[in-house]
Amino acid sequence: MTDPSDLEDIPGTTVFTAQRSRKGYHLNQFCMSLMKAENRARFKADERAYVDEWPMTEAQKQAVLARDYNAAIAEGGNIYFLAKIFSTDGKSFQEAAGTMTGMTAAQYAQMMIDGGRSPEGMRSIREGR
Amino acid sequence: MARITAGVATSHVPAIGAALDLGKSREDYWRPVFAGYEWAKEWIAKSPPDVVVLVYNDHASAFSLEIIPTFAIGCAERFAPADEGFGPRPVPVVEGHPDLAWHIAQSTILDEFDMTIINKMDVDHGLTVPMSLMFGQTDAWPVKVVPIAVNVVQYPPPTGNRCYALGEAIARAVESFPEDLDVQVWGTGGMSHQLQGPRAGLINREFDNAFLDRLTSDPDALRRLPHIEYLREAGSEGIELVMWLIMRGALGRSVRELHRFYHVPASNTAVGHIVLEPVAK
Repeated sequence: MTDPSDLEDIPGTTVFTAQRSRKGYHLNQFCMSLMKAENRARFKADERAYVDEWPMTEAQKQAVLARDYNAAIAEGGNIYFLAKIFSTDGKSFQEAAGTMTGMTAAQYAQMMIDGGRSPEGMRSIREGR
Repeated sequence: MARITAGVATSHVPAIGAALDLGKSREDYWRPVFAGYEWAKEWIAKSPPDVVVLVYNDHASAFSLEIIPTFAIGCAERFAPADEGFGPRPVPVVEGHPDLAWHIAQSTILDEFDMTIINKMDVDHGLTVPMSLMFGQTDAWPVKVVPIAVNVVQYPPPTGNRCYALGEAIARAVESFPEDLDVQVWGTGGMSHQLQGPRAGLINREFDNAFLDRLTSDPDALRRLPHIEYLREAGSEGIELVMWLIMRGALGRSVRELHRFYHVPASNTAVGHIVLEPVAK
């Protein structure tokens, strides 16, 4: 059995736990609605009006409108659900993932070509490894 | 009787599907990825199985947060490619094998695995990208498929040990199916990757290659690998690798490695691919 505190001990990583799933339920279900073309069209036509149809918190709505994926994850969003937003924007997983790292899209793409981010020093906050 | 003839594992990166669908597979970035599957494409074309039991995960396509089955088995006649937010992939509808699927469902449930039975399900890139990698662009897939969808999105996914044991139960089910069928079991997802947060882009070649080695040399060590190790070492999405252990468990104690490919990157992900054959005891 994994110690729950271990799940919070990985640098720069948010594990989609039960608590986050409950907090993000309506945010993630809003994202699911974007799998239908007619909903994508309505969202694009008036994003604010569309998010207001969902019982999300204002912080969740702001994260969506700003495309701030780190904020959306902090509000209970899960990346596979949030993917429906950037797919609606015509953006790739790589572009979206890059925005969460503080790097430019070009820097992030180059890091991946160079072999990706090393796990060295990124495994554990507590143990500093 | 039906028999399990081989196991295949592969990553199922959505960008690989997009590259193929948009005609980019010969570009410098993608050529080495597709080249890594040439061996397996020729190998499977020579003697395609009748059915593939295809272990994958749904990425918030068929299953939202409303219902989250840990292990689900697709028993439908056919499965349509899902619209993941940019229209469905232009690939053939996946034909099921309801007789075998229901048999596996019954057998594994009575074997004490609490499977969810699915009679209607669209299948996303998790299932269709491996099909494209193994069979290329085609008007009709040459095999029938029994989809096994595993939750790896909502924490916790099933343990590696449970996945391995389910693979063993699937093998018992297949071997008791009266029709004369060649069946392969595929495990998909991974290898190391993280799609979220400031640590996005994590890749761990050492972990991935040790994982590939241990599928043959020490599967018991993989059974015992806890979730936290996948999360720390292989990234938050690298935990998909538990699904490979269902494939491995279905092949029995001893296996021979026929082929291996490893490449970084495809988009955010380390691509791993292995072909294994059971060795008779």
